[in-house]
Amino acid sequence: MRSILAIPALIGEAALTTVRNVGQWGIFSILALFGMVHLRKLFPKVLYNIYFIGFKSLNIIVLVAFFTGMVLGLQGYYTLIKFSAEGMLGVAVALSLVRELGPVLTAIMLIGRAGSSISAEIGIMRISEQIDALSTMDVDPVRYLVTPKVIASLICFPLLTAVFDCVGILGGYFSSLLLSTRSGIFFSKIQSSLLLEDVTGGFTKSFVFAFIVITICCYCGYYTHQNQSSAGAEGVSNSTTSAVVQSCVYVLIADYVITSFLM
Amino acid sequence: MNETPLIQLRNITKAFSGRTILNNASLDIRKNEITAIIGKSGGGKSVLVKHIIGLIEPDSGDIIFDGQAYSTMNRRQFSAVKKRCSYMFQNNALFDSMTVFENIALPLREKFVFKRRQIEEKVQKRIEQLELTEVAQMYPKQISGGMQKRVALARALVTEPEIIFFDEPTTGLDPIRKKTVFSMIHHYHEKLNFTAVIITHDIPDIFYIAHTVNILDEGRIVFSGSPITLEQSPEPDLYPYTHGHELLIDDLTGMHNRLSLTRRIEEFSADAARDEHLAVATIRLVGMRTIMDYKGNLLGHAIIKQLAKYILGFLPEGACAGMFSKEILVLAAKTKDASVLETFMDRLAAYFGALSVETFCHKHRLQVELGGTLATKGVNACTAVQEALATSKKYV
Repeated sequence: MRSILAIPALIGEAALTTVRNVGQWGIFSILALFGMVHLRKLFPKVLYNIYFIGFKSLNIIVLVAFFTGMVLGLQGYYTLIKFSAEGMLGVAVALSLVRELGPVLTAIMLIGRAGSSISAEIGIMRISEQIDALSTMDVDPVRYLVTPKVIASLICFPLLTAVFDCVGILGGYFSSLLLSTRSGIFFSKIQSSLLLEDVTGGFTKSFVFAFIVITICCYCGYYTHQNQSSAGAEGVSNSTTSAVVQSCVYVLIADYVITSFLM
Repeated sequence: MNETPLIQLRNITKAFSGRTILNNASLDIRKNEITAIIGKSGGGKSVLVKHIIGLIEPDSGDIIFDGQAYSTMNRRQFSAVKKRCSYMFQNNALFDSMTVFENIALPLREKFVFKRRQIEEKVQKRIEQLELTEVAQMYPKQISGGMQKRVALARALVTEPEIIFFDEPTTGLDPIRKKTVFSMIHHYHEKLNFTAVIITHDIPDIFYIAHTVNILDEGRIVFSGSPITLEQSPEPDLYPYTHGHELLIDDLTGMHNRLSLTRRIEEFSADAARDEHLAVATIRLVGMRTIMDYKGNLLGHAIIKQLAKYILGFLPEGACAGMFSKEILVLAAKTKDASVLETFMDRLAAYFGALSVETFCHKHRLQVELGGTLATKGVNACTAVQEALATSKKYV
């Protein structure tokens, strides 16, 4: 009987923890946004974070985008040729990338490259009392540490998504060249079929993903010490893993929600 | 001393995961004074002080800063409190990604509106004072633990705050730098007249610079007063804090310290039956204090250790031996047999009569006087020892 009663108790506890975490994340994110009023003072840190999140991720984004475009070109060609519609390959590649794959894959690549390291960095700062040291100096740690990263992400994610889309389309084009498709048709079909709404929809997604990814990664690191099951280095490791997993999941959920609104 | 304290902690209680760390702890910090907080490791000293700086909120109790309770302050007022304070962390809490220079400059850059040149001048001054010039452009991980401590100290002092909290500022430093840190805090205090709160284990060094000493034990402040009051306190529970060094020596020699010896003799005296005596023998080592002062504590300790080994070898069951002072050793036993005292005296005489011991005593100008008495039931420990000393005869 007792074990049966334990099940709803566990569900209730998990639900309460989730609600508490979501609420805490919400407040944390709002505080990070409020920090933007001190933009002038934060400018050097924003620049550094643009370099760290954006510029240092550029090579991996270009690489992944190119091969994604190539694979799309390859898969698309062999599918479309069955319907004698290989001329539509450019449209298929461009729409897939601009609407969906560009923002999602860029976000996932940035979670792996920048999000995880940001979470670990803030987590280490938490366990080594560096965040407490900022508090004692009357420096708001969220404004000092998180706000520049949020601003940098909101700038970098759409830009890197644009790079991903362009390089991906080039990858698809390269693939089509290897398959002897005419290059003129590839680009002319893109020009005639790709609408501005597709592009703005993709950028809207990348904006939302930027906010979700960076706030979740910073949040997980910032509250490393609240992790009851582990502490120290293991705590940082767990919060980094949690940041990556949660970011990926929420990016995909947000993708579905935004797509359903845009369609 | 009658003025209202600058900071008052009232009945602070704090528990972590069901474990109570602070239990109705109350503490007063007076303006422009150096307040020391001592206590056992893990006893909650840092937790107590972190309440003042707002890093931890109490489960119950209140903190009153300059007459206003934290619970009634708004964010801006609390921010103003923080601006007046500086905190030096036990683990330094230096920023790994910044150089030593940047670490020290950070509070100036973030808290104040100084020109770049002014910041550089102020930081450079602290760097020079703390002998950090060579490592100024290095990262904290590239320098030693002692240097990291000095960087943390420089960062705490650079803004010249009104109140500075030092959380174990000398832990991990060599004895020379320990003294330097304490004398620096003392001199800065004299010059800038700030309020300092120091958490430390450095007893008795801290007693020389602190105006008030607070002892935190079992989650509450068990003593608060001047170092002199603490030193003079007859309270046995405070003895380990004031004579911690002696306790270590007593553990090494296996003999009682003054406090436990007195207690044991008084127990004998109180429990003795009508036909029982209290046999007390004293060994006065005249010149031992001089040996310790001029030739070193270690030599003095070596002599006592050797003597203790011999005494503990023949001491009958139930008897006790201990250091009454640096120069006086006492042997005591509760016995019906009056010859026990004679046995003590004979054994001691044999020891000091041995050629090598005698030569050693002559070499170091150490005189030995042996005394003994059969005290009556109910006698006070000090009286019994004094009676025995009164019978002292020079032996070596």
